[in-house]
Amino acid sequence: MLFLPELTLLGAGLVLFFLSLGQPSSSRVKTVATTLAAITLIASLLCLKSEGTLFYSAYKVDLYSQIFKVLIALGTCVILIFSAGDSGVKQKTQSEYYLFLFMSVLGLMMLVSSVELLAIFISLELSSFAVYIMVPMRKDAQNNGTHIEAGIKYLLFGVMATGLMLFGMSYIYGLTGTTQLPLIAERLAPLYTQPAAIIAIALTLAGFFYKLALFPLHFWVPDVYEGASNETTAFIAAIPKLAAVAILIRVVNLISVDGQVIVNLLMVCALASMFYGNLSALVQKDVKRLLGFSGISHAGFVLVGLLTFDSIGFATAIYYITGYLFMNLACFLVICRVSENGKNVVIEDFTGLYNRAPLLSLTLVIGLFGLGGIPPFVGFTGKFMLLLGAFNKGYYILVILAAFNTAIAIYYYLSIVRLTFCTDPLTKDKMTTSLPTRGLAIFLMVVIVVMGIFPSTFISMASQSVKLLM
Amino acid sequence: MDQLLINSGFPILSVLIFLPLIGAIVLLFIKSESLCRNIALATTSVVGLLSIRLLFGFDTTTAKFQFVEHKSWIEAFNINYTLGVDGISILLILLTTFIMPFCVLASWSYIKTRVQAFMICLLIMETAMLGVFVALDFVLFYVLWEAMLIPMYMLIGIWGGPRKIYASIKFFLYTLAGSILLLVGIIWLYTVNDHSFFIPDMMWKDYALSSQVYLFIAFFLAFAIKVPMFPFHTWLPAAHVEAPTAGSVILASVLLKMGTYGFLRFALPITPEATVLLMPYVLWLSIAGIIYGGFTALAQSDMKKLIAYSSVGHMGFVTLGIFVLNIDGVKGAILQMINHGITTGALFLCVGMIYERTHSRELRSATGIGKYMPIYITFLAFFSLSSFGFPGTNSFVGEFMILAGAFEFSTSQNNFPYLALAAIPGAVLAAAYMLRMLQKIIWGGTDNPDQSWLSDINTREIVTLAPFLFFVFWIGLGPQPFLDLIHTSVYELLQHFDIHHGQAVAAAGSILH
Repeated sequence: MLFLPELTLLGAGLVLFFLSLGQPSSSRVKTVATTLAAITLIASLLCLKSEGTLFYSAYKVDLYSQIFKVLIALGTCVILIFSAGDSGVKQKTQSEYYLFLFMSVLGLMMLVSSVELLAIFISLELSSFAVYIMVPMRKDAQNNGTHIEAGIKYLLFGVMATGLMLFGMSYIYGLTGTTQLPLIAERLAPLYTQPAAIIAIALTLAGFFYKLALFPLHFWVPDVYEGASNETTAFIAAIPKLAAVAILIRVVNLISVDGQVIVNLLMVCALASMFYGNLSALVQKDVKRLLGFSGISHAGFVLVGLLTFDSIGFATAIYYITGYLFMNLACFLVICRVSENGKNVVIEDFTGLYNRAPLLSLTLVIGLFGLGGIPPFVGFTGKFMLLLGAFNKGYYILVILAAFNTAIAIYYYLSIVRLTFCTDPLTKDKMTTSLPTRGLAIFLMVVIVVMGIFPSTFISMASQSVKLLM
Repeated sequence: MDQLLINSGFPILSVLIFLPLIGAIVLLFIKSESLCRNIALATTSVVGLLSIRLLFGFDTTTAKFQFVEHKSWIEAFNINYTLGVDGISILLILLTTFIMPFCVLASWSYIKTRVQAFMICLLIMETAMLGVFVALDFVLFYVLWEAMLIPMYMLIGIWGGPRKIYASIKFFLYTLAGSILLLVGIIWLYTVNDHSFFIPDMMWKDYALSSQVYLFIAFFLAFAIKVPMFPFHTWLPAAHVEAPTAGSVILASVLLKMGTYGFLRFALPITPEATVLLMPYVLWLSIAGIIYGGFTALAQSDMKKLIAYSSVGHMGFVTLGIFVLNIDGVKGAILQMINHGITTGALFLCVGMIYERTHSRELRSATGIGKYMPIYITFLAFFSLSSFGFPGTNSFVGEFMILAGAFEFSTSQNNFPYLALAAIPGAVLAAAYMLRMLQKIIWGGTDNPDQSWLSDINTREIVTLAPFLFFVFWIGLGPQPFLDLIHTSVYELLQHFDIHHGQAVAAAGSILH
């Protein structure tokens, strides 16, 4: 029972593997994959309240990990539903693609439960390698091989980040003689002033920063976002970040507040992420690249929450990344629908979308305004609470600069909104949206608004789960 | 919590705020355009009628907040849903609920495309605007303050004129950028006030002067852009010119008031010492706005632009009245906020009516219509007279009180009244540009275009304008009921200011009690 969601995913992988042996039609593969994702979601919901440890206490199942598992399953489910239809993945390898997708999700679910360095490493690699393969599986619609380039870049940079992380972990092991996170926290406590401990933690964080696309390990983002198919990008942009935040909170929890050097380091990373992401996004034409850069800046905001080192700060970070998940999915839902034949979407493709598809354009606008941090959407509430927590801790400069970033960011989000609503369409034909798409669009909009106006329930649940860690 | 005074079991404020929102949600499911118009009109009218209830329950003898509602919203950060009304906000609330039905009426035939979406935007605007005026929790205030940008952006960006994209983006970015530091200021106030966002608790505290100055700057940027004060006004003409009539009316009548309301509600009570310290700069910026707005309006050939620049001048008077910090000035400023809302709103409606007929906002193409649209011209003439403060109209009372306040201010400081004298040319300029416009529209010259095909305004349009005219004369001839509503709150505000500041800047006898 403790391992049920993971087992479901393994089973799903097996089903897809057998499916890949034959020549199934692409619509059947998708139906199967979507059903399997729904089953996984149900399984993780069933296990929400379960608690326990597995594998010689390397694997911990608690409310904290289970919340993340539900979110991961939910996000995967949403992506699978809206990727149905004209997919950007090669026909031949469709079932393999979904096989790897489920393996990656399995890795992420294991990651959020891992409390031991090796388990963390293995789960992280399981999720990463599956995605490395998913990226070049794109249908080469533009015939320029960007997907291959993206795949190679993702792999090479990813392996490098992993190398750094392993190096850091080896230092941690050397300093503490254990790989269990709780024991490490205990034994590392007196060593915070030691340069070795600082290097160890900083390098270990590198691996997770890579997943979260945080400065200075962000450089893969634009090319991979651009090269991967729309569905794959939606996945990369949302789901691994959830797991990365989950594990980051576990690791940051090792650092005591007086680890001032690490705190300063993280603060610089957060600010650099925000500025780099937002300023670069200003000049982007490709929507996925734009969202990639915006993702970098959002990663910076999440880090602000982690910097507070208290349960409410961690809870807001979880809240923020969850909101980001839904806002991002809302945007990618529209991108996938607007994209023709799985091609990339440039900002101009949204011209006059409001006339062609009112519901989709509303979804896009709510998603974008949410990302931009305009109330009453979840992005605002999240940012506000993050800044509040950081200000309480006395990070005044950080808060002011972060607030300025919101103003910079709104410009590029607005430039999309402007084209969507305020211009006449290039083609007159209305876009047809299927029933699942419409349902999903309404679901995402409602979630973005309701989470934004009523954050209390989520926050209290998240902080309750975080308290278990501390 | 002793500032609170609960005197109503019925949550009237919540009803006022959420009724338009419910109307907007209902509209989502309505396909028929005429039904959309009717529902929007019905909703705004019901809100307008319900808001009259506020008048009957309102206690003018106290400066406490009334009709208070209080519910916990986000417990983790002690954020509450707190609403209340006092003398400073009550007229602004009534102004908002009064204006909205006429915005719907003015869009009746003007808006032909996407009627449903337009009405939804209008109703959401009403919710947000009312919320801003009644919110007593700073987060609630900020959420509504920012949320308002989205429907307003849509109103300008979708249904606007040729340069709508430029205008809407400029409006959005300018206002948003201005509010960013306000957010930081709010967070600072939260941390020094025992983790509370309750606005009345933040007032009249002894914050260090340096913090007050920073806070005042944050307030000033947010509110001065919204007012807009010279030199932050450049978004206004663009937005006004491109917005549809209803958008211009909302902008002029309500949105601009939020800036001045912000000064009264936040800047004065929360940062009194910084206010006194920086007052001279704000006063002279107000004078600059008055003169600049007047001269620029004189040079306009576009009617909407002319009125937009005249707004810069009028709002300069309002900020002048607020920052002279005496009872005549502040009361005059609040009254002038209402006057400006009524008069300028009506003027924009008038311009919209011409635009609907000639599809041009150019003064040149609207010359010499007096002969063909006599009823229209009558209305326009009265509103123009009101706009430059002709005795007997509403703006005269307001401007008179503000100028009286400005003279008192100089006397109390034993100075020669430079300030008041500097503002006087503004009043003359207002007469010049309004009369110039009026002269051209009524008579024009020998080169008038053929206007004989124009039809005079219809019953719907007369119904739209008549209530505005009614208030122009009511406030102009008998302002006492309005002043009574605001008197106690303003008096208390300035009393606090005196006690707190320890210097007699205010509370000298009032000429108009």
